[in-house]
Amino acid sequence: MTSAAGSVPGALGHDGGRRSLKHRLADRGVDRVLLLVVPGTLFLILLFVYPFLYGLQLSFAPEGGGGPLANYQTFFSDPYLRDTIGTTLSLGVPAALLNVLVSVPIAYRMRGRFRGKRTLTTLLVVPIALGTVLTAEGLIEYLGPSGWLNKFLRDFNLVDQPVLLVHNYWGVFFSLVITGFPFAFLLVLSYLSGIDPNLERAASVMGAGWAQRFRRITFPLLVPGLAITFCLSFVLAFSVFPSANLVGDPSGSTRVISIAAYHAAFEQFDYSMGSTISMIMGAVMLAIIALVLGWRSTLFRGPAGGKG
Amino acid sequence: MAAAMNAPATIAEPTRKRRFRPSSIGGWVVWGLVLFFFLNLAALISTVVLDSFATTWFGSWVPDGFTTHWYGDAWAEFNLFDVLTVTAQVAIAVVVISALIGVPAAYALARRNFPGKPLVTLLFLLPILIPPITYGIPLATVLYKVHLAGSIFGVIVANLVPTVPFVVLVMIPFVEQIDSKIDAAARMCGAGTTTIFFRILGPLLIPGILAAAILVLVRTVGMFELTFLTSGPTSSTLVVVLYDAVFGAGIRAPQEVDAMAVVYTGSMLLLLVIALRFVNPTQLVTRVGER
Repeated sequence: MTSAAGSVPGALGHDGGRRSLKHRLADRGVDRVLLLVVPGTLFLILLFVYPFLYGLQLSFAPEGGGGPLANYQTFFSDPYLRDTIGTTLSLGVPAALLNVLVSVPIAYRMRGRFRGKRTLTTLLVVPIALGTVLTAEGLIEYLGPSGWLNKFLRDFNLVDQPVLLVHNYWGVFFSLVITGFPFAFLLVLSYLSGIDPNLERAASVMGAGWAQRFRRITFPLLVPGLAITFCLSFVLAFSVFPSANLVGDPSGSTRVISIAAYHAAFEQFDYSMGSTISMIMGAVMLAIIALVLGWRSTLFRGPAGGKG
Repeated sequence: MAAAMNAPATIAEPTRKRRFRPSSIGGWVVWGLVLFFFLNLAALISTVVLDSFATTWFGSWVPDGFTTHWYGDAWAEFNLFDVLTVTAQVAIAVVVISALIGVPAAYALARRNFPGKPLVTLLFLLPILIPPITYGIPLATVLYKVHLAGSIFGVIVANLVPTVPFVVLVMIPFVEQIDSKIDAAARMCGAGTTTIFFRILGPLLIPGILAAAILVLVRTVGMFELTFLTSGPTSSTLVVVLYDAVFGAGIRAPQEVDAMAVVYTGSMLLLLVIALRFVNPTQLVTRVGER
């Protein structure tokens, strides 16, 4: 608007009184610059919105016949499919909660400037570079029955039997923490650095101690940011697919919903069922996010320098 | 690996000097947690790296002997040259196309308020917020229907879905930083949108475009789900080949898989270190998280 593209004052419509359509549109921000958004928007409509609608439509057209809701009925009546929702939630929610809650004290300690902060943030990015497979391989070899951890525990007589930490729930959980924690931490750190330090200084002048300042000033301002961080961590953890296969127990205790969807679509070639499960996965995820964001909207989000 | 283990301790030093008065126990607990995390991470990485050089390793603290032949074996068995070529082709194509589509869109979104803008913004936000596996299955179904999936072209198209909005979101703040009076002045001097784009904004936006391009490169090389769902035998990128080597049928020496994983992580790390020269991760995550 401020650049006033093509709208020279005085260049009104031909009869002077009524301004041309082009001019009136330009006043509302519609001019040729907007053409620049068109390729991106078309691209996403074609490759994001259309596949989604296609999948939605497909999910109501079961390959095995029956009513339009047959696939959904199958999903919710077959415990092997239905339970994947619970399995996924029992992995995703604790992992996301742990990542967010552990990040808070660490980020609180590190919110100021200090030497080596950049080195530490660089180090935290390392797990993102590891990729699923190296993390999985590492977990299997490090936490496995003959790995370093079990060797250490047994040599010091802390345990008699090797602790089983891979190819079950815990393997996937650790993999989610390794990949999710740095991400949650960086987000929390950036939200914390967005809170005006003067607020805390003022509280300190008024005699508030460390715990009081955190509980009454910083934490309430941080909570909206934490809600967002939880949502993003949860979405990451909820869609776990490769690690559930590699370090988990993909046919049993870590059969998450994405495995069920992949299995239906690309191993049984029932695209309709695969789409159905994808839609249910999306719906469950959105429901949790809506819940968290709905709660967040009841919180204070004033101009106190909080970025949340 | 030694660096990874030492670094938190050295970082703790100045902070301890700076603020250790309030609650020293809490402070120790916090730094202990960070140290514990990095210690386990370092052990995890060391295991894989050591194993990739090991002749045999079972049950002892360190391998029985060291060799480098697993790297050669992995290179030959998995046709790594072809795989790396495909990976590079996909990554470069995705970077170039997403920049060409994303940067102009970011400019328009940063500079104009128009009816329906929230809807367009939402459209650019959703592919980033929704995890790839969720929309990947319907997308792959559509791509199979039009016979694109399985070819390198299908992989590129699928990878563009999250990267185009990503470029837009990263570029919007960069465009907003440039004073809009500069475009206005250029227009007064008679420059059209194209000229403004290539002669005025382009040079000013170079740092932002570089940052976005490198992040897209990292994302594309690391993108497992979409590539996995849409690639065929000749169009798999490194990360998918790696996954198949672990999960697929057949018996392979674990050292060979580890060697390949080390190659993958090494290249990702190199890309990330370059990326961090251009962007501060804290700022970046804020941007992505906020919108």
